[in-house]
Formats: sequence, structure tokens, C-alpha cells
Amino acid sequence: MDSFLFLIASFVLAMVAGGLIVILQRPSDVDRLMAAQLLGTGGVAILLILAIATEVASIVDVALMLALFAAFAAVAFVRDVSDPENTAQRQ
Amino acid sequence: MTILSFTDVGLVLLVLVIGASTIFAREAFDAVIAFVVYGLLLAIVWVRLSAIDVALTEAAIGGGMTGTLLLGAAARLRSAEPDSARIGLAVRLAAAFFCALVAAGLAGALLLPPSVIPTLAPTVMENLVHTGLGNPVAGVLFAYRALDTMLEKVVLLLALLGVWSLAPNSAWNGIPGLRVYERPNSTLTFLAQLLPPLGIVVGFYMCWVGANAPGGAFQGGTILAAMWLLVIIARLEKAPSIGQPWLRIGLVLGPVVFLAVGLAGLVLANAFLAYPPGYAKPLIVAIEVALTISIAVALAMLAAGPPEQVQQ
Amino acid sequence: MDLALDLFTVAALSAGALFFLAGTVGLIRFPDPLTRLHALTKVDNLGLGLVVVGLLPHANGLVGALKLVSIWLLVQLSGAIVTQLIAGAIRERGHRE
Repeated sequence: MDSFLFLIASFVLAMVAGGLIVILQRPSDVDRLMAAQLLGTGGVAILLILAIATEVASIVDVALMLALFAAFAAVAFVRDVSDPENTAQRQ
Repeated sequence: MTILSFTDVGLVLLVLVIGASTIFAREAFDAVIAFVVYGLLLAIVWVRLSAIDVALTEAAIGGGMTGTLLLGAAARLRSAEPDSARIGLAVRLAAAFFCALVAAGLAGALLLPPSVIPTLAPTVMENLVHTGLGNPVAGVLFAYRALDTMLEKVVLLLALLGVWSLAPNSAWNGIPGLRVYERPNSTLTFLAQLLPPLGIVVGFYMCWVGANAPGGAFQGGTILAAMWLLVIIARLEKAPSIGQPWLRIGLVLGPVVFLAVGLAGLVLANAFLAYPPGYAKPLIVAIEVALTISIAVALAMLAAGPPEQVQQ
Repeated sequence: MDLALDLFTVAALSAGALFFLAGTVGLIRFPDPLTRLHALTKVDNLGLGLVVVGLLPHANGLVGALKLVSIWLLVQLSGAIVTQLIAGAIRERGHRE
């Protein structure tokens, strides 16, 4: 069971990695806003699986922090993108 | 076990790629996003290294607060002259050289350790039971190296003073210029009404649980700071003027309580920052609560920046 | 009983992983930021939900299970709202350019 859990965790990690690399390659900045979303779901999934697989309950708390701060970071990013001064500088 | 090693290797590779993306980004905004992603991924790395307390702090600071601070700095840079000081190749090479030097030093220390690695960890675990705490990190922070922890909080206040000193003379005691959403947005308002109550509960839970499990004042305080910033960014509350008495009291509450307990220790337990036997845990929890409040106010005000508008 | 629970976990986690795969493929292949956002949020959140459901039998008692479910609810809620925010920003960008 543990090996299977780790396998799923590494698969989700590979998915997150693929998504992140593609997002950060794209030139437009609105795509990058999604990076926080991606980590907020994928990263939480990885951490929850690790918590159960390694039987360290406090990793669930790390997942909680990750969820909260991914949302907070997304708000900060969107604030910047919506800023009219920002769009004036970027051609 | 090998599957886990593959996961670890994959994680390290991803972190390196994101790090490179941060360095080679063309715009400050892109670099900050990559840096925040890097911080959040690093939290997973810390979990794999069994450093849960550090993972909590990395997700909070590296993921949330540093991102906000850097975005604020990038915004200020944008309003400065656009073409001033593109960093030259020589400076970049010098920076790369010194970073490589530090990395080589760390690698050397890890890969070629002395035959007997000096560590106090077993001693800490043996004596932890006297403090009544269950979390060895809390034991080190508040019992064995309490002086360091107290001084760190003072350093945080000094950093805040440094940021405040950037204010123009006329705006002293005014309102920080935290950039808010440009117009009221019902979606953001909804988020700012929904998340902060949860965040406040999680913040105090994190502080409370730190005595026996990974967590503590710093992580809890950061969550509270982030929730407050969220409310201000969503235009539900205005940033407070820095001269407000409650703000100032909140800032010094943590270090003052810490100092008071330390001085009381001189009388009650024969040493500065010593705890009378049996009272260690309640005193430490009291200090942690006070510190949570101070850290929350200090971090939020750090991200808000120097005062710009005169107080009405 | 244990075997049934283990099979359930394997099934749920595999389905969750599959949804994560679908979400990432959508993120890579869809033509438009808005459609990519759609793929990312809905599909990945569903993947997370399946992962949480699959992990429930192995959780740390009732409190542990409740914690897992509440984290999933938090991610679901904040994810949904943040998606709307991002979508608003994308639309605004489109109108400006």
C-alpha cells in the first residue's frame, strides 16, 4: 500500500511539474496566475498522500498552509495583473 | 523505497528548473511568480527532509509573504525610471560566483562531514520532558535558545522601523500605501469575507498546537498577517495609520511579554529567561500567544510598506 | 474488510491520478487561457477530491478524516473563488488589448 501511495504521489508530482513548466514557458502573464492554482491543488494532493503514507500527521497541517497561501498568493498576483499601471508598462 | 527516491529526485529537478526560471525571467512580475512557486515547492522538500516546522514556515513566508513584499517592491520599481540600471553582465557573473561558492561550501559540509558529527539533538530529546513540551523545536526555541528567539522578534521590529523610515517627512504617522484592488470586486469581497474567519482559526490553532506538534507562533502569526492583508487588498478595511496606539501596542506586545517573563525568571528561577519548574509550559504558551499577535501585526505592516498618505 | 478498503483506496487514488493527468493535458493543449483555467480548476479539484476520498480509510481516526475532508472543502471553495478572480483578470486583459 505504501509503495502504491508513493507511486501516485510521484505521478501527481510529475503532472504538477509538467503543468508548471508549460505555464512558466508561456509569454503571457495571465497564464502564470494559474501557477498558484496548480500548486494549490496538486501540491495539497501530494502532501496529503505523503502524510498518510509516512504516517506523519503534521504533514496535513503543511497541506493546510499550502492551500491557504496558494489562495493568498493568487490574490496578490491578480491584483498586480489588474493594476492599470502594470499594463501600461508591458507592451 | 526506490519509488520515494524517484519522487525526491523529481522534486529536486523541478525545484532547480523553477529556480532557473526565476533567474532568467525577463520581467520582475514573472520572476516573483516563479519565486513564489519555488517557495511553495520548497515546503514539500522540507517535508521530505522531515523538517515539518520549517515546511510550515516556508509555505507561509516563502509562499505568501515574500511574494507580496516582492510584488510591492516590483511595483515601486515600475514607477521609477524604466530604463535605469539594467544589471550588467559583470555583476551577474560575480553574483553567480558567490552563490556557487556558498553552494559548494554547503555541499562540502553535507557530503564530507567530520567523522563524529557534532549534534545536541539527543541531549535535547532527553531533557525535553522537563519543559513539558512535546515539540523539540519549541523546546529549542523557547527553552534552550530563548534569547535568540527574543532577539529575533526585536530584529523584526527593527526591520519594520527601517521600512517606516522610508516615509517622507510629511507622511510620518500616516497610512501605508499598500496597493489594493483598483475597484471593488464582488468576487474578491466574497473571498475576503469567507477566508479570514477560517484563517484566524487556523492561525491560533497553529500557535496552540506548536507546543506539542510542529507549528508555533511564527507560522500562526504569518497566517493572521496574510488574512489581514487580504481584507485590506479587497478594500473591506482601510490600512491603519501607523501612529495608532493599538497598532504600536500590538507590535511590542510579544517582545515585552517575552522580556517580562525573562526578567521574572531572574527572580523566580535564578537566571534570565529561566522558567520556574512546573510553570515552563504555561509561560511558554503565554509568550507564544503574545508573539503570534506581534508577528501578525509586524509582518502585515512590513508588507504594507512605508506610510504614504497623511493621516486624516 | 481490510482488502476491500485497500482496493477502494487503490481505485480512488488511481482515478484521482487520472484526473490530474487530464487536467494537465488540458492545461497544455487547450487553445485559450480561459479554457485552460477551466481544465485546471475543475479537473484538478476533482482529482484532489478523489485522492481525499481514497485516503479516508487510512486516516487517523475520525478527527483525521474530518481534517482531510475540511482541507478538501477549503481548497474547493478558495479554488472556485480564485478561479473567478483569475477569469475576471483574463477577460479584462482581453478587453484592453
